[in-house]
Amino acid sequence: MIGLGPHGVFIIWAYLGVAIGVAGLIGWTLYDARTTAKKLAALEARRNA
Amino acid sequence: MSLETAPKLNWWNRIANPGQFVIWTKPLLWPLVILTTALFAAGLYYAFFNSPEDYQMGDTVRIMYVHVPNAWLSQFVYGVMTISALGTLVWRHPMADVSMKAAAPLGALFTALALFTGSLWGRPTWGTFWEWDGRMTSTLVLLFIYLGLIALWRAFDDQLRAARVIAVFTLVGAINIPIIKFSVDWWSTLHQPASVFRPDGPRMPGSILIPLFVMFFAFTFLFLTLHLKAMHTEVKRRRVMGLQRRMAQGGAA
Amino acid sequence: MTAFRALLFRELRLALRGGGDMLTLVLFFVIVGAVVPFAVGPDRELLARIAPGIVWIAAFLAMLLGLDRLFRPDHEDGSLILLRQAELPLSMVIVAKLIVHWLVSAVPLIIASPLLAVLLSMEGDALWRTIVSLLLGTPALAAFGAVGAAVTVSIRRGGLIAPILIAPLSIPVLIFGTGSITATQSSAAMLFLAALSLMALALSPFAAALAISSAED
Repeated sequence: MIGLGPHGVFIIWAYLGVAIGVAGLIGWTLYDARTTAKKLAALEARRNA
Repeated sequence: MSLETAPKLNWWNRIANPGQFVIWTKPLLWPLVILTTALFAAGLYYAFFNSPEDYQMGDTVRIMYVHVPNAWLSQFVYGVMTISALGTLVWRHPMADVSMKAAAPLGALFTALALFTGSLWGRPTWGTFWEWDGRMTSTLVLLFIYLGLIALWRAFDDQLRAARVIAVFTLVGAINIPIIKFSVDWWSTLHQPASVFRPDGPRMPGSILIPLFVMFFAFTFLFLTLHLKAMHTEVKRRRVMGLQRRMAQGGAA
Repeated sequence: MTAFRALLFRELRLALRGGGDMLTLVLFFVIVGAVVPFAVGPDRELLARIAPGIVWIAAFLAMLLGLDRLFRPDHEDGSLILLRQAELPLSMVIVAKLIVHWLVSAVPLIIASPLLAVLLSMEGDALWRTIVSLLLGTPALAAFGAVGAAVTVSIRRGGLIAPILIAPLSIPVLIFGTGSITATQSSAAMLFLAALSLMALALSPFAAALAISSAED
């Protein structure tokens, strides 16, 4: 990797922060999707039972 | 009803049915994921290995490749919400309120990231993390509006009724955002003027524009992918709430 | 028009009957302004410099405090449903409510503002500009407030959420309001403030009416 100059810390933190934010968003979206799908499946199974 | 007399459904009416919408748009999800990943890989490669440092800002120009797309998304997502709000109020399209609700947290996060990267960019170039200048301040106000909208969604019990009320407030906000931006600019004129899109063509060299545009599309497709996924989840959540209500009523009867 | 006038007098009577509210608001306005010197120290020069901001913050908070009574009592006792079914369009009902709301919650503040201005070491021109800027700007605050109150009226615990929604929208009012008190660009800021108030007054009744009628479908 190239050297990032005297302000490398800021660049790394900026990318790291965005990565954490985006990863959190993706994770939350997937988690939400999974729990909701599970809840829906459970409810439909109970209704059909 | 026989098949002949059934009204012909165009795509607009067909996606008005939440179940149909999920079935129709589900095949789009994986291509979007792959496209987003590819764009991010290319964008990051360009951003770190294949773009020069700016003659004035040095390597800190690389922060721009994540800052500008986030700043763009902070406004684009509000645009999506405004169009969805119109869809809710004018056409009463059932998917419009789902889209509106799913977009709000995404917009809030992208706005927060725009502020975060902006302040990290500001520290080496202006010498301070936070400057009360026009753009940062109006972005902060935009974040407050997003958070207010999320709080409003959470405060309502009945999500269908909430959608129309929140659509009204989203439109009021959309009318106000240019005014806020103007007033904040009037209040403080310190920032550099807009420099990518100018009447006389872009002023930045191409070597910086390529990574900027690739990252720009990468973040935009990231939003589209997450938005679609969140809309699917919201449709399911509404079905869960509907089933729960019906069961509770059945149990009481 | 007679229906509009009747409604205007009804609102006015209701507001004046609970006269304690008005006094409370004025007291709140003056006390918020008078507390600031204790927080920042009694330096007259500093106080004179930040006085426009303090007056406007105090007015803004006082206007927020009075918001909940705009639609909530009518919503709770059911008269809002009757007003929706009246021949008078709901937006006109809201105009009437807005006028009365401004008369009972902003005018007392404007009358009390010279007192606060003197406490904060404002003198001469600045004092007049404070009164004029409040006259021009409070209609916009009331109009934004009406939208916020209308959006939150059907939420049972909506009292806290309305200020959160309105505060970002009110930032231009605060900017031009304090701008029209400070000497350098005051006339331009006053024009902007007036334009803002006119626009907010013209649009907010429709937005508020739409929010109320869609909340109760």
